[in-house]
Amino acid sequence: MTLHTRSLAALALGLTAREFSSVELTQHFLDRIAASNGALNAFLTVTAERALSDAKRADALLAKNQGGALTGIPIAHKDIFCTDGIQTTCASKMLKGFVAPYDAAVVERLTAAGTVLLGKTNMDEFAMGSSNETSHFGPVKNPWDLAKVPGGSSGGSAAVVAARLAPAATGTDTGGSIRQPAALTGISGIKPTYGRVSRYGMIAFASSLDQAGIMAASAEDCAALLAPMAGFDARDSTSVERAVPDYVAGLQQSLKGLKIGILKEFFAEGLEAHTGARVQAAIEEYRRLGAEIVEVSCPNLPLSVPTYYVVAPAEASSNLSRFDGVRFGYRCENPRDLLDLYKRSRGEGFGSEVKRRIMTGTYVLSAGYYDAYYLKAQKVRSLITDDFKRAFSQVDVLLGPTAPGPAFAIGDKVDDPVTMYLNDIYTIGANLAGLPAMSIPCGFVNELPVGLQLIGPHFSESQLLAVAHGYQQVTDFHSRVPAAYA
Amino acid sequence: MSEFITPAGWEVVIGLEIHAQLATRSKIFSGSATAYGAMPNTQASLVDLGYPGTLPVLNQEAVRMAVKFGLATGSRVADRSVFARKNYFYPDLPKGYQISQYEKPIVEKGSIDVLQEDGITKRVGITRAHLEEDAGKSMHEGLENASGIDLNRAGTPLLEIVSEPDMRSAREAVAYLKKIHTLVRYLEICDGNMQEGSFRCDANVSVRRIGAERLGTRCEIKNVNSFRYVEKAIHYEVIRQIDVLESGGKIIQETRLYDAAKDETRSMRSKEEANDYRYFPDPDLLPVVLDEAFITSVRATLPELPDEKAARFMASYGLSAYDAALLTASRDVAAFYEAVVAAAKPDAGLAKLAANWVMGDFSAFLNRDGLELSAAKVSTSGLAGLLDRLSDQTISGKIAKEVFELMWAEGLSADAVIEAKGWRQITDTRAIEAAIDAVIAANPEQLADYRSGKDKLFGFFVGQAMKATQGKANPAQLNELLKSKLASH
Repeated sequence: MTLHTRSLAALALGLTAREFSSVELTQHFLDRIAASNGALNAFLTVTAERALSDAKRADALLAKNQGGALTGIPIAHKDIFCTDGIQTTCASKMLKGFVAPYDAAVVERLTAAGTVLLGKTNMDEFAMGSSNETSHFGPVKNPWDLAKVPGGSSGGSAAVVAARLAPAATGTDTGGSIRQPAALTGISGIKPTYGRVSRYGMIAFASSLDQAGIMAASAEDCAALLAPMAGFDARDSTSVERAVPDYVAGLQQSLKGLKIGILKEFFAEGLEAHTGARVQAAIEEYRRLGAEIVEVSCPNLPLSVPTYYVVAPAEASSNLSRFDGVRFGYRCENPRDLLDLYKRSRGEGFGSEVKRRIMTGTYVLSAGYYDAYYLKAQKVRSLITDDFKRAFSQVDVLLGPTAPGPAFAIGDKVDDPVTMYLNDIYTIGANLAGLPAMSIPCGFVNELPVGLQLIGPHFSESQLLAVAHGYQQVTDFHSRVPAAYA
Repeated sequence: MSEFITPAGWEVVIGLEIHAQLATRSKIFSGSATAYGAMPNTQASLVDLGYPGTLPVLNQEAVRMAVKFGLATGSRVADRSVFARKNYFYPDLPKGYQISQYEKPIVEKGSIDVLQEDGITKRVGITRAHLEEDAGKSMHEGLENASGIDLNRAGTPLLEIVSEPDMRSAREAVAYLKKIHTLVRYLEICDGNMQEGSFRCDANVSVRRIGAERLGTRCEIKNVNSFRYVEKAIHYEVIRQIDVLESGGKIIQETRLYDAAKDETRSMRSKEEANDYRYFPDPDLLPVVLDEAFITSVRATLPELPDEKAARFMASYGLSAYDAALLTASRDVAAFYEAVVAAAKPDAGLAKLAANWVMGDFSAFLNRDGLELSAAKVSTSGLAGLLDRLSDQTISGKIAKEVFELMWAEGLSADAVIEAKGWRQITDTRAIEAAIDAVIAANPEQLADYRSGKDKLFGFFVGQAMKATQGKANPAQLNELLKSKLASH
């Protein structure tokens, strides 16, 4: 059995049994990266030296039987997480060459758990995009079809896991940036409850929506990695002080009697027929597993895209003000004066999608427009949150599609922002309400993966993972690997 | 100062915005130190520098201090207040926004009583007080074609105290400012150091014709960093506005800068040029939620407040409102005064005598030497010892001033100075009578003139007799004895 298609549990077993060392495992993935990254453009930075020294340290621990479940497991981090001594770019010209002097909380915790850092993954610039085409460093290719997008913004992490260049990778999800690329590349990804994972050291896009999560081949692998990432962090005031359950142990929860809600609004106009059929088939699978299927409605959910495109740009316009050419990041050549320094540093350093959102955000916060846009959007946000609350008083989990269709062609939607934004129509609601949500593969359309989305009440990660795991016990979509990377 | 009288027919309307730097050890959203005067950028952490990925964490001590202020001014302390972002670009503002409270401040709707010089107490409304972070400093001196940025101050906690437009003269404004200055130091929430910028003030000034209902257009004067300059800047602005209006002009709402060297205000930016700050709630910080138990626990830490202390001084020491206000303006001075009174021997006139000395010579010497109260050269017991010798008439008031000077200079007790100098007052009636007799005998002409009605010559005899006793005769006794001797001869 090849190393790169094993589950994390199997890898951990192999490491503790000395079947292979962490250095060997790491080298195996580094070789795969060297072979494939040129075509995929999924890694922005490969930290081979650091990876091997991490692996050596892990091997030393394993030799003393002091390793944990993740000791010596190689992973990749989205290039939005600050890494001490390693460049963190957010895939922007603005941060090309930027090296933070500290690790993000997520990086710190996964390193402490013994993981080995393979490198930093490509993404949409500042996580703004649904196709990975806004990266300053070029688009990421979908391993299932190099002419297709991998989704975004965590497209690099998704492609890395889909092509098995790493067993798992971190991602962030502001409006679907973990789930949509997971769906488009046929992998599993979880966006935890807002506040579950510390945002410290994660470069902010929209602070009230951003949440870090994990992308891997299966729900079981996600469970293993989410556990050390989750938990209170005093450095993030929005992180929640609440015990972290044992997600791996929780996978065995029975699906018998589970009440699954089918959101009426997710199966309306806009959902491609074949994708809808795959999702329906998955729902039938759950019925066979003993779950009760109920139709529910969140009437305000169709307003989630416009709401999101007011709230997220508003916060982004402020969050990105710190990139002014003064202290760090890109600075224009020979500024004439302060205003010129600001204008040209930002004008030259940011890409067009980032600028579009900064301008949108600046507009909706302006005097005279604030009430009509920002305040109104916040009110709709509460209505959407209330809708979900009502739905969860009837059911345990909501199921639906992750994206309207499978991966689309690179270049297809790049000139049409509104169509692009609609790709997140099913994922944004969970961000607005701060709910945990997952995407798992549930079939193929034209040999491209389709994602099934699961949304749960606040802090129901354990149940979500179990619901996903139950499905993956009776299906094999999650273990399929694109032929070129098998 | 008669020059500060408002021109007839006009009414001045003033409101103040005071920025009090809170005396926390660390910054409002980071763990960096707040000490003044460190090397540039040595007290700026990654949070203060606005590094990508860093997040603010609220300093609970700053909240406690703001609540203290709210309770001390009878304000409403909000059970829920919200931090917002004030967005604008400036090199000394690392994040491109300042975290401040906007729509929901922590303190609202209070007031403070201010004793004016005419003895009338005026109540000034406090609209709100909110928490915010300070920006860094831009430095231009000594740099060519460049500006320096020092972010040591970035993130220092400020309490912005906004008054109602209740003040009607520069005098009243300064009296209010002083009262707030006294209060924040009593509460130990601000060191009040105006030179170092820990206590700053912007003044909103407008004028209107007496009887006019609507307020005039106001100008905001920035950069006033002493009580005297506040008074001068406001006065300048009042005269400027009245001149403009009387010559048929209009006041433009704008921000003006006070130039102390030229004693004038200059336009900085008009309302049209003002930034649109695009305030919105900061998503990185949770609302500040305070429960009754917390507020009660803060209330328990409140010291005796200036007004309470002044009232007690009037009641227990029999001081006038003016003396009591002056003595209680500083918590340390008030404590010093009380310690002096406690250490001295009880005497009918002691409280007033002590008040005069603490506010008089003692304060004058501190000022002369530029010393803090804690570094005074005469202690509470030292001053009490001097007052004892005044009370028991060992020395006269005139001699006491000389004794005090030597106590200050040499670090001696009053008794030691009096002994060494032989300044013990002569109270022996026979000794004084002997001196008087000798003076009368030596000046027969003056005696004759006096007796023929030249009353003014009494002073001559007092002077001569004092001289004969080297100034040590008890003045009251001397007067009395002299009067009867001159009459009886």
